Amino acid sequence: MSTNAAIDLALDRVDWRDLAAQTEEQPRVYTPGEVLMPEAGFMRGHGTFVEDENIKSSVAGVIQKVNKLISVRPLKSRYVGEIGDVVVARVSEVQQKRWRVDTNSRLDSILLLSSVNLPGGELRRRSAEDEQMMRRYLDEGDLISAEVQNIFEEGSLSLYTRSLKYGKLSQGILVKVFPALVKRRKMHFHNLLCGASVILGNNGYIWISPTKGQEEEGGEGGFAQNLNEHVPRGEREVIARLRNSILALAKCKLMIYDTSIQYAYEESLRYEAHELLQQNAIYDIGQQTQARLRDTDE
Amino acid sequence: MAGKYDLLSEQGLRLDGRRPHELRRIKCKLGVFEQPDGSAYMEQGNTKVLAAVYGPHQAKGNQTESVINCQYSQATFSTAERKNRPRGDRKSLEFKMYLQQALSAAIKSELYPRSQIDIYVEVLQDDGANYAVALNAATLALIDAGICLNEFIVACTASLSKSNIPLTDISQFEEVSGGPKLTVAALPTAEKIAFLEMSERFHIDHLETVIETAMAGCREIRDILEAAVKEHLLHMGSASDFAKVG
Repeated sequence: MSTNAAIDLALDRVDWRDLAAQTEEQPRVYTPGEVLMPEAGFMRGHGTFVEDENIKSSVAGVIQKVNKLISVRPLKSRYVGEIGDVVVARVSEVQQKRWRVDTNSRLDSILLLSSVNLPGGELRRRSAEDEQMMRRYLDEGDLISAEVQNIFEEGSLSLYTRSLKYGKLSQGILVKVFPALVKRRKMHFHNLLCGASVILGNNGYIWISPTKGQEEEGGEGGFAQNLNEHVPRGEREVIARLRNSILALAKCKLMIYDTSIQYAYEESLRYEAHELLQQNAIYDIGQQTQARLRDTDE
Repeated sequence: MAGKYDLLSEQGLRLDGRRPHELRRIKCKLGVFEQPDGSAYMEQGNTKVLAAVYGPHQAKGNQTESVINCQYSQATFSTAERKNRPRGDRKSLEFKMYLQQALSAAIKSELYPRSQIDIYVEVLQDDGANYAVALNAATLALIDAGICLNEFIVACTASLSKSNIPLTDISQFEEVSGGPKLTVAALPTAEKIAFLEMSERFHIDHLETVIETAMAGCREIRDILEAAVKEHLLHMGSASDFAKVG
């Protein structure tokens, strides 16, 4: 009987540091407690604090200056929301007139009943029946795509889905990466050439789903979820390959956006989808993608 | 005086061949796990510790303060004699409490209202100074998780030989050979002591020098950890050219 077991010897272990080795200029990195500069004339931002008239870093990361505002950005942390961000989130609790959702941030986020599009028209009063029907629209465990509407004082986020592009997610795969790997860009919804769509949540949650036809798109009020629809095997394979490519990018600490995903997907075609779970395949894809990205940058 | 059980030989070397002020070899690695928000592995001599940090995430209940939750656990195979239970015994609970105390001195908890930070520490091999190494590993894991700290919090142990020479970073063998053990957790740059523990008595005249020895050890460990963190950051960030994309 043949098996698919792959045995990795410690000898063949991949050194992920090689991916980083090719850069010449490296920025100054700061560690917690390190003095950034004297306080005089500067303002302290995130990741910094003032002690003994010096601005000090409180996280490990790179410095960012905007005029006089000094902040330090950690390379890896929980999601810190900004208004307008696209997020993918999971409903964790149904409450009075609102849902509590998990967005991988420091506190649970809130989706108010008044900030969703209910079926049956844009301008509809929310009645007591709607409140009782809340679990019909979104139940615990459901995935949604949404936008950050507001940030409350303690830092929890208020989301909204009042646009036809947001709403409940149906069939697809969720991939979780560090939020810092997804850059804030104009577009976070992409229909890739390979025949699948991705939603790159700013919170590090990435949703991969089969591309919908034009006629199905929109008009569903964001709550239709067709789990009976058959997704053909070919599309499922594309989605699986895409998932593995995105995880390979994340493993190599490469930024995740449409171009890098496209490149990684193209590079991955040399392997079978299941081979992409192996270390050397991941490394190879990372290296090729990095090289191509640097070429296009120049 | 220098009998069979003295911690320092006549040549001025310790039982494992170190000089009195020398630390054991330190190896550390950040970001060893994918699942937690931050993780680290730390080896100090033969003491090996893994730490994982989850959070900050929504705390249960209605408190407005931030919650720092630690777990100290020691693998059943970590000691020469197999342990019955990895955690929940008196010693683990004590260490857990001490970890919580020391770490809350470093974490800027005013930035995390209504949040909880979970820190899990697992000792894989016990070769003395477990608490100190566990705390150092926890610091690295917190830094990896991007949690705001006042500065590195590091711990180091010290002892005193019979000839009254202070020793840095004592090993298991030195611990059981009957020297006193002093553990200091400190914020080295601010020169603040967050935690101090002493296991056996010695004359108060020596207390200051032993504490100073432990503090010197802390400073040295801090420099090693800082170098490790910087190296890790450069490796992590430069793959994507520190996010300079299109």
